[in-house]
Amino acid sequence: MRSFDPQLAEIRFGYGVSPEYAAPQDVSAMLSGLTGPDVMAQRFPIQSFHDFRSRMVEVSEQVAIRRKNRGTPLAAEARKRRNVLNKEAREDLAVWLGHTMLRRAHTETAFRERIVAFWADHFTAMGKRGVIRRGTSPYIEDAIRPFIAGNFEELLIEAVTHPLMVDYLDQRVSIGPNSQRAERIGQNRKVGLNENLARELLELHTLGVDGPYTQTDVTELAELLTGLTFDARNGMKFQKRLAEPGAETVLGVTYSETANLNTVRTVLTDLALHPATARHIATKLAIHFGSDAPDPALIDAMETAFLEHNGALMPVYEALLSHPSVWTRELSNIKPPIDFMSSALRALAVPPASFADQEQRWIRRIFMQPLFNMGQRWETPSGPDGWAEEDPEWITPQGLALRVSWAMAFPGELVDPLPDPRDFVDHALGDFATEPVRFAAGAAETRSEAIGLVLMSPAFQRR
Amino acid sequence: MPSSVSRRDFLARTGLIGCSLAASPLLTPVTFAAAPWDTRFVVIILRGGMDGLDVVRPYGDPAFRALRGEMSPGPEGGALDLDGYFALHPSLAPLMPMWDAGQLSFVHAVSTPYRDKRSHFDGQDLLEAGTTTMAGVRDGWLNRMLQAVPGVTSQTAFALGHSDMRLVQGRAEVANWSPEAELDISPQAVRLLELVTESDPALHAALAEAQVLSQVSDSDNEQLKGEHLEIAQFAAARLSEDARIAAFSLNGWDTHAGQERHLDKALTRLAETLVTLRGKMRGNTWSKTAVVAMTEFGRTARQNGTRGTDHGTGGLMLLAGGAIKGGHVFGQWPGLGDGDLYQQRDLMPTGDVRAHAAWVMRGLTGLDRGVLEGAVFPGLDMGGDPGLLL
Repeated sequence: MRSFDPQLAEIRFGYGVSPEYAAPQDVSAMLSGLTGPDVMAQRFPIQSFHDFRSRMVEVSEQVAIRRKNRGTPLAAEARKRRNVLNKEAREDLAVWLGHTMLRRAHTETAFRERIVAFWADHFTAMGKRGVIRRGTSPYIEDAIRPFIAGNFEELLIEAVTHPLMVDYLDQRVSIGPNSQRAERIGQNRKVGLNENLARELLELHTLGVDGPYTQTDVTELAELLTGLTFDARNGMKFQKRLAEPGAETVLGVTYSETANLNTVRTVLTDLALHPATARHIATKLAIHFGSDAPDPALIDAMETAFLEHNGALMPVYEALLSHPSVWTRELSNIKPPIDFMSSALRALAVPPASFADQEQRWIRRIFMQPLFNMGQRWETPSGPDGWAEEDPEWITPQGLALRVSWAMAFPGELVDPLPDPRDFVDHALGDFATEPVRFAAGAAETRSEAIGLVLMSPAFQRR
Repeated sequence: MPSSVSRRDFLARTGLIGCSLAASPLLTPVTFAAAPWDTRFVVIILRGGMDGLDVVRPYGDPAFRALRGEMSPGPEGGALDLDGYFALHPSLAPLMPMWDAGQLSFVHAVSTPYRDKRSHFDGQDLLEAGTTTMAGVRDGWLNRMLQAVPGVTSQTAFALGHSDMRLVQGRAEVANWSPEAELDISPQAVRLLELVTESDPALHAALAEAQVLSQVSDSDNEQLKGEHLEIAQFAAARLSEDARIAAFSLNGWDTHAGQERHLDKALTRLAETLVTLRGKMRGNTWSKTAVVAMTEFGRTARQNGTRGTDHGTGGLMLLAGGAIKGGHVFGQWPGLGDGDLYQQRDLMPTGDVRAHAAWVMRGLTGLDRGVLEGAVFPGLDMGGDPGLLL
């Protein structure tokens, strides 16, 4: 057990040490980095979902034009325009990936980027069809990033009621079986409940799978959530005529018969502040920033902070950073592929200009395809539980073989010329450099192999 | 195929030999064609909770239509009749020749012991662990099976694809590989990589294994489109030689809404995978093969309000290969009428998916029933032999 260490702070709570930017000097500097001006968001912008929505509006307009004018030149024109809109969104996706990487490489408050990534993963969401499929970065920009230093309930409400989540977990199509809409449509056309969001909300976002809920709670919560939907023009929307009438009881609490957004907010607030949620969030943070088997005292400390401050997140982060167990010098968690690449960019001090002129095809080749092969397809985890935390999931022969290939092939395309590998050992590893790594950096046959070897060292792979 | 290259020779040739090799699980000198049986076993985990009621539709059950509305029609709506009671989802049409040849079967209404919470992630963990609880369980049932037989080498069993599968985790050596992960670096770089990772046993071992597997990968295979096809091709190549077991997973079964479209995609991938496996296995290896595809749970018997289904309990297992007794829908059908459903919502599980997997393994490897019930699936009662194999 030790206390604060600047380089370790960068490695464990950021994206590794940088040759350009000074490491934080104490815990309070790390914490104020979460609340200060968002320099990186301004320097490397990502479109807000609010603006992204205008693409969705235009696509739906073009689809409508096409439908009305089938077989005419107007329809062909609309189809062309829709394809252009889809293509632009695809290209911007690559730009936003680049900007996310550059934020991580050039931030002076790296803990902020890690915390954003943590919550973006906790509230995993992706659009299902059409242009909204490219909306994940904009969702994170609007629903996650501005709320990381506030209260958990705020974050929960923003994420769960966001159009992207509503789309992803099928809430958009969930309709109360006895709602006005269902009555109007009649018995023949089946419309009704979908419990996907309700279930993941309890299992993943709040209480945890071991939490004190039953199938009945899932179903009741699903009924309570009916009415929560969105449209491209206005964003999130509560549509009364979709809502199931009557009161619902979730975890023993009966919620108002009046279906509206307030009822949804109330149940989300109750779930956010539930003791099981405090435990679940504390455990997840401890595993993410500590190790696969974190110190139970660390979990307790964060849980207590969460409960004592009614879900305020800053005290939870403070409990995390103040705990002696997180300052042991022995590095633990393996970096997942995306974080490995981000750290490499930071250590290599890749200049933003080298991204600026690149086509999206370059970003696809250097980042997207390798990430896909390494099992971490950009913004596309296989389920709403996000990316795996357990080391064995990433320390696989196939995963590491692909890392070796990446580490030896691509740094040369990111920085020209490559740094002297003997200096790079210190740039990348700081005080964590070891003799074998220094030796290998000097003994490799080529500069790119030497850089790759440093990136493959345990001190670089783990944090 | 080299049949007596020792592991140490092999590592020495690839250059990955160093002072810390004691840390590598690949150190044991072994021979290559060393599994004590000649049959082939393929396990496919279908992640997301496959709706067995839509895949093999009990159209002969009078209650089925009421539960499904327009969804999951029987033969009148394009499903392929199997036996006058069950009909196959049309997207599995490419498998009909296998059914007709007696190389395809299903087991209906099976599940793991997992109940009530209906979480994918817990359901999958339990399916792969093969136990009744996750407390203190670190390894998977396929690995424990390998631990029970002598002569297993790191080339006997392959786990394929991007992620690490709990199913194969454990003390026995299993090769984890993905077809595109060729490691092509200079011998000098290999030696230095060994030096650099020497202090980290887990990294070191994984890289040593990558080096070995890069040497044995087939490079003359055709370029196939789709990860599942590449994996099927790679598995077929390895199983045609010394490998006896392959395991991988296929995603995309979580069909909460618009099930028709989503299930079509997932089933098409499954069918393509099986057709590729059968087509690419050389000699008579397919005739000695049993493929078992299993999912963490089934889905609600009733369609939900969004032309989909929610998480349920009783599910479906698929069996394919020349070693299985094809042309049957096995399992004890519980019915779908009032009072027949589990918690009035799910297909009632009448069989343990583990018992069926155990009987397949018993048939393929001759493993003792006591080992299967005691070590591989601790506490399992296999019951009577359902006769899944020829």
